[in-house]
Amino acid sequence: MFDFSLLTNWIHELLSSFMPEWLTVTTECVLIGVVLMLVYALLGLFYIYYERKLCAAFQCRLGPNRVGPFGLLQSFADMFKMLIKELISLNHVDKFLFALAPYLVILASMLAFAVLPWGNGLQVIDFNIGIFFLIAVSSIGVLGILLAGWSSNNKYTLIGALRSGAQMVSYELSVGLSVITMVCFAGTMSVGGIVEQQQDMWFIFKGHIPAIIAFIIYLIAGTAETNRGPFDLPEAESELTAGYHTEYSGIHFGFFYLAEYLNLFIVAGVAALLFFGGWAPLHFPGWDTFNHIMDYIPSVIWFIGKAIALSFIIIWFKWTFPRLRIDQMLALEWKYLLPINLVNLVLMVLIIVYGLHL
Amino acid sequence: MLLLSIQNSTLAITALLTGIGLVALALWMAGLLSPRSFNPQKGEAYECGIPTRGESMAQFKVGYYLFAILFLMFDVECVFLFPWAVRVKELGGAGLLSIAIFFCILVLGLVYAWRKGALEWK
Repeated sequence: MFDFSLLTNWIHELLSSFMPEWLTVTTECVLIGVVLMLVYALLGLFYIYYERKLCAAFQCRLGPNRVGPFGLLQSFADMFKMLIKELISLNHVDKFLFALAPYLVILASMLAFAVLPWGNGLQVIDFNIGIFFLIAVSSIGVLGILLAGWSSNNKYTLIGALRSGAQMVSYELSVGLSVITMVCFAGTMSVGGIVEQQQDMWFIFKGHIPAIIAFIIYLIAGTAETNRGPFDLPEAESELTAGYHTEYSGIHFGFFYLAEYLNLFIVAGVAALLFFGGWAPLHFPGWDTFNHIMDYIPSVIWFIGKAIALSFIIIWFKWTFPRLRIDQMLALEWKYLLPINLVNLVLMVLIIVYGLHL
Repeated sequence: MLLLSIQNSTLAITALLTGIGLVALALWMAGLLSPRSFNPQKGEAYECGIPTRGESMAQFKVGYYLFAILFLMFDVECVFLFPWAVRVKELGGAGLLSIAIFFCILVLGLVYAWRKGALEWK
């Protein structure tokens, strides 16, 4: 497997050969920032296209097919359309909070984005509490949404934001507890360490029953975290026009849109990290030839492939299930997922203590 | 780690500034490209076509607070579970016993809230 740290170390040595240390660090940080921004924006555009094509396929339509080959440039066209739309200044909004909200939403997803393990040696931030950091920063997003809804001074946005807040904080528990279940199993919170432990076999196979239950709960809770259907009642368009971002126009709306798709990628990416080995290829102990062939597929393709395959499932949910009511949604979390999750955590601990895992 | 020479906290700040930079850059570009026109009707709230009366930052259902408080309780418990989760193998029986007591209190809290009807959306 190609180790990307060779490449990054080469860049580092090249830069430090003619630059003082502080300038090297600054240049590298700027480079990382530019790469992050580009990957973030391109993935956002890709996801808009992906969702529209999939949605079309589920409804027996063709989807975007006019702009560029197979409609591939459609989301670029959408982006430019959003950029050239007027940013309407409203009369009764709280101007500061109204402007702050998109920053918080983008910031939360960008910080979570930087923690993901992209490939062998290709990871921006590798804290020893990586997965904890990821949960912490991704919950900043709910602040942005609440601020957006509150500062807009509109009844629909207020109701949308409160629903969204109740939903996101509730389902954050399930995300947190299923992450704890897997952290118990891995014995580390570092993202790199979790991937390292899955080199011989992915956690979903190693941890069998509790890992599969945790995965299913994580997927449901992650869908709710991103405010996507069937949990899209914060922006139930028939009752609340567009929910918390009703008053936002042009690129301001675009930020919420972008962050929603990036959150979808992050949820799928974290599921890939915790249950399907991050960038680790599909390995089974004993199957040497098979493992050797799997090693030929580059690690970046493994990670992105897993994340895109998992987000396919989440998009599939959206176009299959009808929207829940708020009481059903809260009952699902507090009366079903949370108790199941607690029992599952105990089960996982028993399996670890008695060594019943593979 | 991507670059051995840079500390993680520096990288986290880089990611933070990147997020701010992305929004600022896009807003700047939108400012250059987008048209401006003034119309007093445009500044109205997008509600029903009828001008809004008074403030919309009004009172709302108390049920949302209840779930926020329940969340706060469970989330803090979650934070306490994390350090134990990392060392679950090393701590063994003693750790298991103490976390079991903690867990029982946690479940009791959930049962209490459930029996009191805090989980019903009325």
